[in-house]
Amino acid sequence: MAKIKMSKKAASIDMTAMCDVAFLLLTFFILTATAKQPEPLPVETPASTVKAKLPETGLVTLTVGKSEGKEKVFFGMKDRDVREKTLELMAAKYNVKFTPEESAQFALIEEFGVPIEALNQVIKMKNADRNKAGVQPGIPMDSLNNQLKDWIYTARQANIELGKEKDLDFAIKGDAKQEYPQIKKIMDMLQDQKINSFNLVTGARGSNY
Amino acid sequence: MAELNTGDGGGGKGGKVRSKKQNSKVDLTAMVDLAFLLITFFMLTTSLSKPQSMDLGLPDKNIDDEPEDIVKTDQRRTVTVILGDNDQIKWFHGLLEAPEANGKPQNISYGKEGIRKVLLPRVKSIPEVTGNKDKGMIVIIKPTKKSTYKNLVDILDEMAICKVPTYAIVNDFSPEENKLAEELNKKAE
Repeated sequence: MAKIKMSKKAASIDMTAMCDVAFLLLTFFILTATAKQPEPLPVETPASTVKAKLPETGLVTLTVGKSEGKEKVFFGMKDRDVREKTLELMAAKYNVKFTPEESAQFALIEEFGVPIEALNQVIKMKNADRNKAGVQPGIPMDSLNNQLKDWIYTARQANIELGKEKDLDFAIKGDAKQEYPQIKKIMDMLQDQKINSFNLVTGARGSNY
Repeated sequence: MAELNTGDGGGGKGGKVRSKKQNSKVDLTAMVDLAFLLITFFMLTTSLSKPQSMDLGLPDKNIDDEPEDIVKTDQRRTVTVILGDNDQIKWFHGLLEAPEANGKPQNISYGKEGIRKVLLPRVKSIPEVTGNKDKGMIVIIKPTKKSTYKNLVDILDEMAICKVPTYAIVNDFSPEENKLAEELNKKAE
């Protein structure tokens, strides 16, 4: 066998440009990424092949799920001004007082699930404590004390009073294992207020399902 | 660019100070690796974190009991789907008392091999039978109390995949349908 003489070349490539590009992209993605908000009621949404995205603003999410064996409904509004206005209107309706600080703090809360009488305490809590499982018992929605219905109604009222052109959209975010009657209850509640079109939040699924 | 100036700087007193010759290039491979790893991470998490949504329009509830024109639909067009416990479906084509050909009540599962095999051919064949393109298939979805939210989303998804022109979620069960639903839920237990 003849010896093959390897030609000696420079073994290292100049990575400077590559490094520059990589970090530029990295910076871009970090800056554009929206941090995922912690959810007080984590639910596993069912998957669907539908590609439509949820609207970013003017949305109210009703999260339906189960934690600690109890069925709970949480209420979340996307826009901060709507949150504050809704709280103001709800406070007047239920005769509960909120200080301006509490109201400002409430505007930062993504989602909550307590009776309005206990909302004070939840506002005072730290973010991490608030989102612990079992801290929030869900919004009452039985026929005697249907606060969820009032929240939906006042959120729409607030939206109108703030002079927004677009009506509020409603999305139901249900757990995949949630039984149908509970979902139907929510749908009926929306329909009672003549909201006949709403979104169901789902996860992604491959198109060849 | 990435060369680092090493050594030297301070002017030495007297005599020439020789700057040390060192390998001035830094190995960037590991750094690039890390950067690309992070890029991949951020790319994947940002695109996936946006939730999808499915639009659902329901008919208006007529609260003030107005006498409504009852529109009779051709039974050849209707396929009824009853959603039961444990991801089971019972379906029939036409009337329950007098089902269409191959349309007797049957159990079936979700997905490609299940309900889609029932729906897809009928989406095509029904307009041919009625002889009018606008009179396509109507699917009546009847979720029982035992069915889950996932079942509902799955069947709505199926409607979108099969391009069923008309579908409705109906919560009223006739006594015969109730029997079917009970049978379906019992079997699954």
